[in-house]
Amino acid sequence: MVGRVSGGAAPRSAISGVLPLIAKRIGSALVTLLLVSAVVFTISGLLPGDAAQETLGQSATPEQVAALRHEMGLDRPALTRYVDWLGGMAQGDPGRSLVANMPVREVISARLPNSLMLAGFTALVSVPLALAIGIASAINRGGRLDRTLNVLTLSAVAVPEFLVATLGVLVFSVKLLWLPSIALVSEDASLWDTLRSCALPVLSLSVVVIAQMARMTRAAVADQLDRPYVEMARLKGVPFRRVVLFHVMPNAVGPIVNAVALSLSYLLGGAIIVETIFNFPGLASLMVNAVTSRDMPLLQACAMIFCAIYLTLVLVADVVAILANPRLRAQ
Amino acid sequence: MDFTRRTLIGSGLAAAGAITLPGLSGPARAVPRRGGSIRVAMQSSSTADTLDPAKGAMATDYVRHFCLYSGLTRMEGDLRPRPFLAQSIESADRITWHVDLRRGVRFADGRELTSADVVHSLQRHLDPKLGSKVASIAKQFADVRTDGRHGVIIRLTGANADLPAILSQSHFLIVPAGEDKPTGNGSGPFRLADFRPGVRTVVTRNTEYWRNGEPYLDRIEIIAIPDEIGRVNALLAGDVQLIIAVQPLSTRRIERSAQHGILTTPSPLYTDLVMRQTELPTGNRDFVAAVKHLIDRPLIKRALFRGYATIGNDQPIPPFHPYFNPAVPQTVLDIDRAKWHVARSGLKGVRLPIYCSPAAAGSVDMASVLQEYGAQAGLEFAVNRMPADGYWSTHWMKHPMSFGNTNPRPTADLVFSQFFRSDAEWNESGWKNPRFDMLLTEARAEADEARRKELYGEMQRLVHDQCGVAIPVFINMLDGHDRRLKGMTAIPLGGLMGYRFAEYAWWDA
Repeated sequence: MVGRVSGGAAPRSAISGVLPLIAKRIGSALVTLLLVSAVVFTISGLLPGDAAQETLGQSATPEQVAALRHEMGLDRPALTRYVDWLGGMAQGDPGRSLVANMPVREVISARLPNSLMLAGFTALVSVPLALAIGIASAINRGGRLDRTLNVLTLSAVAVPEFLVATLGVLVFSVKLLWLPSIALVSEDASLWDTLRSCALPVLSLSVVVIAQMARMTRAAVADQLDRPYVEMARLKGVPFRRVVLFHVMPNAVGPIVNAVALSLSYLLGGAIIVETIFNFPGLASLMVNAVTSRDMPLLQACAMIFCAIYLTLVLVADVVAILANPRLRAQ
Repeated sequence: MDFTRRTLIGSGLAAAGAITLPGLSGPARAVPRRGGSIRVAMQSSSTADTLDPAKGAMATDYVRHFCLYSGLTRMEGDLRPRPFLAQSIESADRITWHVDLRRGVRFADGRELTSADVVHSLQRHLDPKLGSKVASIAKQFADVRTDGRHGVIIRLTGANADLPAILSQSHFLIVPAGEDKPTGNGSGPFRLADFRPGVRTVVTRNTEYWRNGEPYLDRIEIIAIPDEIGRVNALLAGDVQLIIAVQPLSTRRIERSAQHGILTTPSPLYTDLVMRQTELPTGNRDFVAAVKHLIDRPLIKRALFRGYATIGNDQPIPPFHPYFNPAVPQTVLDIDRAKWHVARSGLKGVRLPIYCSPAAAGSVDMASVLQEYGAQAGLEFAVNRMPADGYWSTHWMKHPMSFGNTNPRPTADLVFSQFFRSDAEWNESGWKNPRFDMLLTEARAEADEARRKELYGEMQRLVHDQCGVAIPVFINMLDGHDRRLKGMTAIPLGGLMGYRFAEYAWWDA
């Protein structure tokens, strides 16, 4: 293999070199998912009350609770329920929601596209901006631009999302009347309406995400700029722009894609505050819902989705880092 | 109780003009116009949202159910029930009730409403598998059977003159016979267009509604914005036209806008200080009397609720209730008198924690105010602020002093039986008063209104004088609305006209 590291053959060998890694990671991902499902099941079982009690509320009589428990199948031992659920999952059936009384698949399929759309828009806005800010900041290290950007990104990291969201609504919805204050996402809304609806949620999410990614990018690029090879390249007369894009970036890309991957997985599962403020029908609020109503199948399905997305993103980040960096590729 | 159509018309007219709200008064008298589409923001919405009236748990559910279904009776602003789907509901002994149904009412699928539907709708609450929210109230239905195509006979386990009021609750709305899981097929003013639990409900005007000319709005979309500031912002930005549960602090923001107004509903909702009679020192009568005299009610009304409250008198019937007894003397802040009671109880210098929580609206501030005045009378209170999560199961009624919070109940009987009867599960202070229990049973069966008012009056006096519960104020419910939305008045059972605004509201644009 070592002998074949030549220009033309590099991508192919790189991909075939990465394949076993991908296979191994998928295997371990499945084990992780299994463990996570067991942990979620156990811990949520420790919560006081079950779906039957939560559904019936304070005024429930013991007979009612018993009857509903039987109806929901909650009177069976926990292990039986878990194994049943696992069996269903293995066949691709996440079961029925205890509270909403419909298949989990339907409940989730109504929300998942919204969450993906929100995360997608936010990524589209924030990734290029964050990279630009991070790189600009790193190559101007110590300069006025760097200091200004530092202050901006540091304060953006420190500002909580709910503040950005509330201020955004006050300015753009209440005062200027430009954008809707709530996200009204539905199938019958036009693309323009959907974009307008998503504008403020995307803005609120972007502020924090851009700031975090820009900080990571700056750190990674700055770290590389201090290396001897950069000095060497510059001494040999390589233009600075070329040094940054073709020498520094491939080395810095590992930490950057990891930061991007973490931010993206956060956008799917951690957007709960933004979903609440803008009444955005996404997955995060659905999962919180599932916890408060003790709706185990729904909770498990949400947990599996978040876990799977997280593992996939991290895997993609690793693969990208390996493919982008010639030295990692060779290993 | 004389419950015929004629009295219905008379009192209905009287009620129509009774409560009109400031800001709505002029144009509200204009003739309602048909048309308009509005969006309403409620407080909560989740996967537990339901189309089954029996399972309604949240205000969002009640609003949805009142849009889609009709009930046998309905409650007006004066807190008296009137026949609705029933033409008459009568009883000679308050045990056996005869319901005569309105003819020609149709469900959304075209079927005619008959007595079988009513029997099904009432009896299903008794099935424990259904999980009805009012199963314990429905237990008094000994027998419900049809009496011809349009007659229903309801036999109760004991006399209860309040049956018409009980049947006005959203849980007892009528669903078609044979439907174990109602799907929105009702005879209400609106029809279901879209229902997504946790996201939204859309209803459109029922063009075949049995009440001529009603309702007025063409379409209502019901969503939820849990965050109060978010709700107010959505109203001010014009994204929604009506919001429920505005905080007193936000009223100024809404009133500053020329296009928006506040709908104030004086309600029997209260946050109360519970002093357990089964424990010491709260079981000491002088201690209870001292605390009741240490509550600065006008201050609580002004500072905590910005004036959006009614002064309370340590008993659960508010001044605007038909059974209110004005002869019970108002307890006022009187530190000297409190000192005298403290001295007599021998509890001077006692240290006692008060458990409060954001779960009981205003309780944390009420506890702090009480702490201040307590120090002046020789009682050292500590304010223990507990998180809202789990407060009801772990702290409420579990300490000598804690705060409770009680939502409006449709009848005086229900609030007294659920919270003050000696053997009630939620007898908050744990007081036991045989005379009160006897009066409660007597009042429930009493047909004569004047006598009933007398009985409830004496019960108010007993609770005020002897019970270990202090009720500083009744808290108003505040809704925000676009000024173009008209026709709304207060029904003190809940926000948004007791959750029934859809039947009355119209759009003036």
